[in-house]
Amino acid sequence: MDFRLTDDQRALRQGIRELLEGRFGREELRAALGRAERRGGATDGKHPEGGQVLDRRLWRELGAAGFFALRLAEAEGGVGQGLPEAVLAFEEAGRVLLPGPLIATHLAAGAVAGAATGEVVVTSVGAGLVEWLDEADVVRGNAAGAEPLASVDPLTPLHRLPASTDRRPGGGELRAPWPPDTLLASLLTAAEQLGSAARTCETAVQHARTREQFGQPIGAFQAVQHLCAGMLVRVEVARAAVYAASVTADPVDIAAARLLADEAAVRGARDCLQVHGGMGFTWESDVHLHLKRAWIRTHRAGEATQGEEELADDLVAGTV
Amino acid sequence: MDLAYTPEEEDFRARLRTWLAGVLPALPPKPSPDDWPARRAYDLGWQRMLYDAGYAGLHWPVDAGGRGATPTQHLIYLEETEKAGAPYVGANFVGLLHAGPTIASEGSAGQRARWLPPVLRGEEVWCQGFSEPGAGSDLAALRTRAWRDGDDYVVSGSKIWTSHAEVADWCELLVRTDPGARKHRGITWLAMPMDAPGITVRPLRTLAGSTEFAEVFLDEVRVPVANRVGAENDGWRVTMVTLSYERGTAFVGEVVACRRVLAEVAREARKNGRWDDAALRRRLGRLNAEFRALWRLTQWNVSEAQGTGGVPGVGGSVFKLSYSHARQELFDAAAEVLGPEALDQGRQWTLDRLSSLSYTIAAGTSQIQRNIVAERILGLPKGR
Ligand SMILES: Cc1cc2nc3c(=O)[nH]c(=O)nc-3n(C[C@H](O)[C@H](O)[C@H](O)COP(=O)(O)OP(=O)(O)OC[C@H]3O[C@@H](n4cnc5c(N)ncnc54)[C@H](O)[C@@H]3O)c2cc1C
Repeated sequence: MDFRLTDDQRALRQGIRELLEGRFGREELRAALGRAERRGGATDGKHPEGGQVLDRRLWRELGAAGFFALRLAEAEGGVGQGLPEAVLAFEEAGRVLLPGPLIATHLAAGAVAGAATGEVVVTSVGAGLVEWLDEADVVRGNAAGAEPLASVDPLTPLHRLPASTDRRPGGGELRAPWPPDTLLASLLTAAEQLGSAARTCETAVQHARTREQFGQPIGAFQAVQHLCAGMLVRVEVARAAVYAASVTADPVDIAAARLLADEAAVRGARDCLQVHGGMGFTWESDVHLHLKRAWIRTHRAGEATQGEEELADDLVAGTV
Repeated sequence: MDLAYTPEEEDFRARLRTWLAGVLPALPPKPSPDDWPARRAYDLGWQRMLYDAGYAGLHWPVDAGGRGATPTQHLIYLEETEKAGAPYVGANFVGLLHAGPTIASEGSAGQRARWLPPVLRGEEVWCQGFSEPGAGSDLAALRTRAWRDGDDYVVSGSKIWTSHAEVADWCELLVRTDPGARKHRGITWLAMPMDAPGITVRPLRTLAGSTEFAEVFLDEVRVPVANRVGAENDGWRVTMVTLSYERGTAFVGEVVACRRVLAEVAREARKNGRWDDAALRRRLGRLNAEFRALWRLTQWNVSEAQGTGGVPGVGGSVFKLSYSHARQELFDAAAEVLGPEALDQGRQWTLDRLSSLSYTIAAGTSQIQRNIVAERILGLPKGR
């Protein structure tokens, strides 16, 4: 047993981090936010200016870097990597708040022409919601009758599905097994949440080191220190769960990973906001973007109620 | 990221299982929790069996009489012994996990030869005399004094919360030898024989009604200078070095046990109907996620320790903070399942619920652990 990242995995993570820092740093994030606001996606989901929020060139660059084809076999033009590598990649995407239906496109690689290379943006119908419906080239699942809503996260336009649509992926019986893609999507969501949680923890610590009040850095106040320590604990516990689930691909492991990563991301963003004081409540700060995106991710298939029930079932199924 | 065990590790596991299956049925019945002499005998007897089978001091270096096992083998050992229902380390705790390793890494050849074999063979029990009434979290504020008098130190002061003091042969004792020095500087580590004149042990009752620890009063107790491990006034460093022995394996058995208890709690809920309450089910489901994650975090920390050659990762404090909280939550949830029955102290889960309260206090309170995480891991400025 050696649970640590291999050298290749470290290199992959580093490569993606550098790519994203170079191509989707703070300026690009803010530019995307500006486009989203001009488009009005944050308020009515319509396209008054017809502009696109997603940066298609970046999407193709991600494709060229193998982000979408990461798990596709080399024979099919993919990178031939496994779930652990995909989890590392999506963790990085979560760190920088990379927008777009990344998971749906990644899962469509090999099944939808152009997805692997980033030529095509693919979204899929989720648990009651569809992300990026207007900008996607391909929609997987039945989005008939979907209505736009004023998404709380400007960088994740949302449509709600009519109430009659079966919300349970795979449909039918409540305890039906999850289709494999839904499970993977839940794990990759957990990876994004993990990245966001790690980032908000770092951001809070950074701010706490530099912001001074009462003649000392606020990070010297124990109340602030303990908030930050709590953030790190949640991140590291979630990290162990997410990485392990990427190795085992076990549905119960994935449910556990998702539950803990959702919590680490949402609570992490809130605590980060608290550490930033009034600054944390501004549009100018990125903290709210992490919080809002984390909220949206918690509503993707595999959300907490479902996960907790599955984990409870597992206890009496005797597999512990 | 590889969670699969190597063939050698699986072989180690298989042989251990076979051995456990052979010896455990022949163990004498567990003594009553209040019968300390019987508990001592039971714990030492188990240690002797481990010794005879070659499992004693598994994680100790070979030159200290140990087996030099890897952290992963140690993890497997702790996992398997717990799953098989083997006895806990019990009264051997300080000897095997703290005083012994301290002597192994800081003691002279003579000291190692004198003190280590009896620990491994299950012949001597150690206790830890660190905390004092005025020095708990702020351990370095300890005031128990030791003066040189010829070949002896003369020690006066008092220790508190000393676990197993009643049945210990030796005490790893921190004393102040230089009251003028800065507080971390003037401390010395001594091995004190518990039968020396001038020692009074007064048992303290825990909130569970048991007597797990004691006050130890020291009135001009003579401890030979030869019993000093490390240099005079270097005791703080000597003590801290030892922490590296744990290598991510603290609480392994306990996490395994907690996962078993959680499944039992769920089955009990199914039986008594509380399972129909969705809020309770979800609470148990969340605990399942937490304990699964804690198991993975253990594997993570052990892998780090194995990779870096034994220096513990920063994971210890993170793990303890999360685990101590989860353990308390587990037995609170068990109480919810039991309903009014949870008020019956004759029930194991009730006793465990009570004892779980010590987990956020002993071995560094949760607040102190958060200070450590904030200052040493996150690099936040030291609080004033
Ligand atoms: C079951 C059990 C077994 C034990 N066994 C042993 C043993 O064998 N040998 C031994 O030497 N000791 C032993 N101890 C003692 C244990 O190490 C101490 O209880 C512990 O270090 C806390 O010290 P204290 O009890 O004096 O509490 P205090 O240090 O007085 O703490 C009281 C409260 O103040 C908080 N606090 C203190 N300092 C700070 C700070 N800087 N920042 C924020 N909060 C702070 C604490 O978190 C706590 O909530 C044992 C304790 C228990 C409960």
